[in-house]
Amino acid sequence: MPAFPTFPKAAREATGNAQLRHNLRKATGTIRGKRAAVVAELDDWAELRRAGKQIKERTLRHLDTYLEQVEAAVIAAGGTVHWAADAAEANRIVTDLVRATGERDVIKVKSMATQEIGLNEALAEAGITAYETDLAELIVQLGDDRPSHILVPAIHRNRSEVREIFRDRMGEWGRPAPDDLTDEPADLAAAARRHLRERFLSSKVAISGANFLVAETGTAVVVESEGNGRMCLTLPETLISVVGIEKIVPTWADLEVFLQLLPRSSTGERMNPYTSTWTGTTAADGAGDGPGTFHLVLLDNGRTDTLADTVGRQALRCIRCSACLNVCPVYERAGGHAYGSVYPGPIGAILTPQLRGTADPLDASLPYASSLCGACYEVCPVAIDIPEVLVHLRERVVQGDAEHPRAKGHLAERVAMRAARTLLDSPRLLGAAQRAGIATRRLHPGRLPGPGAAWTDTRDLPQFPDESFRDWWARRSAAGEGAPAAPAAPARPTPEAGQTPEAGNAPASGDTPSTTPTSAPEERK
Amino acid sequence: MTTPRTPSTQPRTPGGAGSGSRAAVLARVRAALRDVPATERPEDVPVSRDYRRSHLDDDPARRLAVLHENLVDYRASVHPATPGAVAATVARLLAERGSASCVVPPGLPEEWLAELGDGVEVLRDDPAGRPLGAERLDAVDAVLTGCAVAVAETGTIVLDASAGQGRRVLTLIPDHHVCVVRADQVVASVPQALAVLDPTRPLTWISGPSATSDIELDRVEGVHGPRRLDVILVHADGDAPPAP
Ligand code: SF4
Repeated sequence: MPAFPTFPKAAREATGNAQLRHNLRKATGTIRGKRAAVVAELDDWAELRRAGKQIKERTLRHLDTYLEQVEAAVIAAGGTVHWAADAAEANRIVTDLVRATGERDVIKVKSMATQEIGLNEALAEAGITAYETDLAELIVQLGDDRPSHILVPAIHRNRSEVREIFRDRMGEWGRPAPDDLTDEPADLAAAARRHLRERFLSSKVAISGANFLVAETGTAVVVESEGNGRMCLTLPETLISVVGIEKIVPTWADLEVFLQLLPRSSTGERMNPYTSTWTGTTAADGAGDGPGTFHLVLLDNGRTDTLADTVGRQALRCIRCSACLNVCPVYERAGGHAYGSVYPGPIGAILTPQLRGTADPLDASLPYASSLCGACYEVCPVAIDIPEVLVHLRERVVQGDAEHPRAKGHLAERVAMRAARTLLDSPRLLGAAQRAGIATRRLHPGRLPGPGAAWTDTRDLPQFPDESFRDWWARRSAAGEGAPAAPAAPARPTPEAGQTPEAGNAPASGDTPSTTPTSAPEERK
Repeated sequence: MTTPRTPSTQPRTPGGAGSGSRAAVLARVRAALRDVPATERPEDVPVSRDYRRSHLDDDPARRLAVLHENLVDYRASVHPATPGAVAATVARLLAERGSASCVVPPGLPEEWLAELGDGVEVLRDDPAGRPLGAERLDAVDAVLTGCAVAVAETGTIVLDASAGQGRRVLTLIPDHHVCVVRADQVVASVPQALAVLDPTRPLTWISGPSATSDIELDRVEGVHGPRRLDVILVHADGDAPPAP
């Protein structure tokens, strides 16, 4: 993974990109509208949402049981199960599995888990080329780019950019784009179809993720639109699926909840065009229908750390529908790249710092990438209280946390808070600081230097007043009023991260659904 | 991360040798769940099932009408027919689309092929004997199948690779899929469909033709799967054809 800038810096660049903002506004607005319409068709949406939340809660609270169950079921169905503690191990397992087949090329179904662990890069180092087969992922891969949305990863590209990418790069990866390629989406999709068809027909190994993994039966489920998923799951001889340990649902019947919640929340469709399910290998029935060899790689990579946090745990309920991205005012303006993670938007803001820890400045900045407006919680089909987790993580970032040694604390913020405390504790120092601030205010930059820069990247630095309240009070009372009292509301001496005035929509504390399943808060009705 | 582990790509059985990260991950999961009382069983975590089993009245005609409507909404073409008219409809659809070759799975009712003209080459897939290769299928125009179940509320057809449906690859590579759905195969909802499906079979749920919205959110049909989906909706003789 390349080194990412912190969220505020990346967001400042992204908000200056008019094309990106236009594309995002159109995309999120359109999907939002479709979602609302199909959700309204089901008058039991609130009940489905509560069931989805509860099923995931049950799974997480007994994850060890379900992991052992799914393992046994997959083995019984002819599959092989591998366990990966972290990204490096998962990459090593997959690389060795591909090597063992003797193949140098693999085709891939779009998968957040494999992006998270940087699998394509790891395979490339081992001399194995991974071909992304989802149209958007293909655009991203050919363009040496990064995805910017969970659902529509290339939404930051417009049609003429896509045409250019196809014309310039397709030939390096396989069948080149036709000379007369136009920028009509239908034409571009047809070029991708031709480009990938020979790849599908000749590849022996495919790598996928899974949207769901049924503990009871060992069944894996992939939900998609284009048919590239079906291609990858059907044609190659070997299928390797990398699946996060949180993707489990206990029973086959539980899918009845998620196969209603996911497509409606995600693409705003009653059902996505294709859903494929497979249980182990299909060689057993003699039909040769699908892969003869199936490997399941169960991935931890920070998930158990997330599970250990009784407030943050609920992020593991996420079914990656992307509804929260589409309603988020911060995401709509900043775009997916600003989050520096394969998980952008509100879910990224709570999942990434938990999976990776907050030692890195980027990850520590993510819990601040929100206005806490609560819209994400409203649309979340599994009722993840994202604002609650954001606030919780901010505390962890500010304080550091002995329970979570990976949360080192937000250095700039702690320094600033310490400075502020010193100033506020001393009327003399405070007065001097204010006067210094006022005297030099013509010289103030629009942005702060040093560790404060992150704050002013996304906000304008407030103007100092002509005169401090203390001086005004002192001048006014010099007429005979005696010594003025200490001011109640001093100017902010050192504007810093975290000191933003926020629309308070944080849920009441104590409203911690993941710790008290029997007293869950009222669902949205 | 500092967890010690034994890198291994060997197949592992529960508790078997070489299960380094297996033990480590399970131990971490258990440590992370310290707050869960040891006596709590999964069933103790409540799941309320007060959502609907179906959003439609129990009226077969209405079910067919809703299926028809939702299929069309997802840009499939729907062709109501009586049992006796299936063969003629199949022949008409292949001719209309200019499909000169058609692959059929084993177990497909022969009478559905009865009215195909000499101009249409019929290929029979024989998974046990000589299954058709992907390259061969790539040169075939159309595929004709039945289905396992159809879901009215979502406009979905489910194939389970049993008789009359064949291997998944058949409905994947040819560009034109003609699918015959009998009225008695139509259920109202997703919960009802899952209840009659066998999870051990490879299932393919199809809702309209292949589609993408990846380029500026413009919907385009047919990226990788079939670009045309024709559904022949068979109601019993004498019943009025379902009207959307
Ligand atoms: S957090 Fe909720 S709304 Fe956001 S992607 Fe996950 S499931 Fe969807």
